Amino acid sequence: MKDVNVLMVGVGGQGVILASDAMSEIGVNSGYDVKKTDSLGMAQRGGSVVSHVRWGEHVFSPMVKRGETDFLVGFEQLEAARYAPYLRQGGVAIVADVTVIPISIIGGKTPYPSWKEIENILSQYTDQIYLIPAPQIAQEVGNPRAINMVILGFLSAFLELAPEAWTGNIRRRLPPKFLESSLKAFSRGVEEAKVMIQAKGVKR
Amino acid sequence: MKQLLSGNEALALGAYHAGVIVAAAYPGTPSTEILENLARLDGIYVEWSTNEKVALEVAMGAAYGGVRALATMKHVGLNVAADPFFAASTTGIIGGLVVVSCDDPGEHSSQGEQDNRHLARFAKVPMLEPTDSQEAYDLMDWVFKISEEFDTPVLLRATTRISHCKTVVDVNRARKSDLKPASFIRSPSKYVMVPSNARPRRNVMEDRIVKLCSYVENFPMNQMILQDRKLGIVTSGVAYQYAREVFKNASFLKLVTTYPIPANLVRRFAKEVERVVVVEELDPYLEEELRCLGIPVAGKEFIPIIGELTPEIVEQGATKAGLLPAAKHVSKPAAPPPQLPMRRPQLCAGCPHVGTEYILRKLCFKDSKVPGPIKEDEIIVTSDIGCYTLGVYPPLAALDTCACMGASIGQAIGLEKAKVPNKVVAVLGDSTFLHGGMTGLVDAVYNQANITVIILDNVTTAMTGHQGHPGTGISARGQKVTVVKLEEVVRGLGVKDVHVVNAFDLKAIESALKHCLDAKEPSVIISRAPCPLSVRVVNTPYKVDADECTSCYICLDIGCPAISLADDKAVIDASVCGGCTVCAQICPQQAIAKAA
Repeated sequence: MKDVNVLMVGVGGQGVILASDAMSEIGVNSGYDVKKTDSLGMAQRGGSVVSHVRWGEHVFSPMVKRGETDFLVGFEQLEAARYAPYLRQGGVAIVADVTVIPISIIGGKTPYPSWKEIENILSQYTDQIYLIPAPQIAQEVGNPRAINMVILGFLSAFLELAPEAWTGNIRRRLPPKFLESSLKAFSRGVEEAKVMIQAKGVKR
Repeated sequence: MKQLLSGNEALALGAYHAGVIVAAAYPGTPSTEILENLARLDGIYVEWSTNEKVALEVAMGAAYGGVRALATMKHVGLNVAADPFFAASTTGIIGGLVVVSCDDPGEHSSQGEQDNRHLARFAKVPMLEPTDSQEAYDLMDWVFKISEEFDTPVLLRATTRISHCKTVVDVNRARKSDLKPASFIRSPSKYVMVPSNARPRRNVMEDRIVKLCSYVENFPMNQMILQDRKLGIVTSGVAYQYAREVFKNASFLKLVTTYPIPANLVRRFAKEVERVVVVEELDPYLEEELRCLGIPVAGKEFIPIIGELTPEIVEQGATKAGLLPAAKHVSKPAAPPPQLPMRRPQLCAGCPHVGTEYILRKLCFKDSKVPGPIKEDEIIVTSDIGCYTLGVYPPLAALDTCACMGASIGQAIGLEKAKVPNKVVAVLGDSTFLHGGMTGLVDAVYNQANITVIILDNVTTAMTGHQGHPGTGISARGQKVTVVKLEEVVRGLGVKDVHVVNAFDLKAIESALKHCLDAKEPSVIISRAPCPLSVRVVNTPYKVDADECTSCYICLDIGCPAISLADDKAVIDASVCGGCTVCAQICPQQAIAKAA
C-alpha cells in the first residue's frame, strides 16, 4: 500500500470538507490507516479552507508536511497557488477552473493573479498541473454545486482503488435529490482525468 | 467497530458510553461539537448553558447528585468557569465530574492563546490528554473512574488538532447499563464551604494529589517506546504525533496523565536514554515538571513557545538543535513566491450586522485615520466576541476594542467614568449579552454610566455554527423552550431608554443611535434580524443598473462579498446576494434595485 498525502484547499461553501470527509472514509474502508484535519477560518462563508488527508500503513501526524504532498487539490485557483509549497517535487496539482475574488482585492491594490501566474507558481514544484473545467462539467450534469464531485472523480483516477469504493461512499453521503447528478459529475471527472493524463503523456 | 471520528465525536461517544447523565456547555471553537454530538443521543440531559461558569455549575450539581456529569468548553471558557472549577476541586463530588477544555494553539478562532495545563496544576485537579481520537474515546471511561475513585473533578485537555482531527477509532464499548439514579446525600462539611469546612478540605486536596501521584505511575495509557537510546523524547497530546513523524528512530515517553506526571516512570525513562528532550505545544509545562525532578532536559530552546506546532516546525527546530541531520531535499522554488492577495474572514452577504456597523463607521469614526488620536466629536466603539468582531476589518473598520465575552459594556463604563471627552458605544451580540453582558449592563444602570449599548441580535450563536441560547427559545436538542426576550431583560435590569430596530433599516438604526447619543442616561438599542445562514432565508437578489452607476464605489464600503467591480462599475453576484437591501439604501444614485 502506497502512502497518499492529499491537501484539499478552497473557500468556505465549496464542499471541500465533504470531499475530504469522503476521501478519508474511503481510505479507512479500503484498509488504510487514515488521519485528516481541517483548518477553517472564522467566517462561515468565504474564508480559506484547508483539509489534510493522509492514507498510510500507520499515520502519525494528521498534517501533511510542507514539500510532501502527493496531490494538491485546489477547489479555487488562488488557494491552490497559496499552498503550492506543500507539493512534493513531482506531485500532482489538480485545480478547478474556479476563481473566488477575495474582498481584499475588490477596490484594493493587489490584482487577482491570472491562471498563467498561478501555473507559474505551481510549476516551481511540479510539471503535473491539471486545470479542470469542473464548473462547466457540473453545469452540464445539471448540478452546478457538484464541482467537488468532479474534482473527487478526477483525483480518483490517480489512485489505485476500484471506482465502487468511491461511488459507494458518495451514495451514502448525499441526499437522493442530488445523488444521480453527483455520481454523473464524479464519473465525468474520472473521464476528464483519463483524457488529460493521456494528453500530457505522463507515465504512471 | 472501526469508525473514523473527530476527537470531539470520540469524546462525546466515550462520555456517552461511560454513562454520562448530564452534559452542559457554552459553544466555543474548538469544543462545540462535543455537546452537539451528545445532543443526538438519548438517555442523557444536554444543555447549552448561558456561559461556561453556569455549565460547570450545572455539571457540578449533577455530580453532587451522584451521577456522571460533563462540562465542555474552549480554553478561554475555563477562565470564565475558573471559579466553580476551583470550588469543585475543594468540595470534591460524588458522581464523576469531567471538565473538557479544548485549547486553540495558534488562535484559529480565539481572542488569545493560553495553555490550560497550568489550570490543572493551579486548581489541583488531575489532568489527562489524548493523542488521537482512539485515546479520546478510551480516556473518557478512565476519567470518570478517576473522578469517582479520588473524589475530584478531572480535566480532560484537548487542542484544536485533537478535537478537529479525524482518526480511526475502535468503538468497543456500549453505554454502561448499571447507572444509578441520582440521589443527594446531605454532607455540609463537604459541600458548604464556610472557612471552618474549607480548611479541612485543603488537607483532603493535598492528600488526594499524593495518592494520584502513585496512581498515575501505573496508568496503562502512558507509554514508553524504547528504540535508539541516544535520544529520548517526552511528549503528550498531538505533539506526540508530530514527534513520531519527525524522529523516526528515537525513544519516546508518551504521557497521557500530565497532572500529576508519573515521576518514577519519567525517571526510569531518563535513565534508559542518553539525552532527554521534551516536544510540547505552547508553554514548557512538561519541561518544567521534568526539571523539578532534577532531570536535565531541553525543549523550548528549539520548539517555539508561541502558536500551533506542525511537523515541519518540529523538524526545523530539531535540525537546528542538531538532533536530526540537515533536512533532506525539500522542494524549493527557484523564485520566491509572489505576494498573493489575502483571503480574510468577512461578514457574509446578507449578514444583519453589516448595516449597524456601517452606521457605526459613519457616525462614530467619521473619516478619521485609524490608528491615531481620536477627535472630540468622534465616538468610541467598544466591542465584543462574535461574528460582528469581523467589522474591525476594512472597509467597515468600525470597532475600537474586543477583549473577552461581555467586556464591551464594562470597558464603555470605564472609559466614560475616566471622563474621556468622547461618547462611548458598546456593541455586542445577543448570545454574548446573555453570556457576559447582563452584569455589565446592570452595573451601568446602578452607577449611572451614560453609555449606549447596541445588542446585535441575530437570534442565534452564529460564529460557532448556530447554537440556541435563551433568546432563541430553542434548546440544545432543537426543541422549543421558553423564549427570553432581550428587551424585557434589558428593561428589567433598569434601562429606561430602550429601542428595538430592524437590523436592515439603516434610517431607523441611525436615528435610534443619534437619539441615544444625546440621552443623559444608559440606553440600549436592539438591532434585530435573524442570521440568514441560520434560518436559510432566500430573498430576491439585487442588481446594479450599469447605466445609473456613476462608479462612486460607496456600495463597496459595506464590504459585501456579493459586490465587485466589472468595467469600473459595481456588479452584484446574484448567486451570492442575500437581498438584504443595505447596498440599495446607501447608493446615492438609487442604481441598485431588486432583480426582476
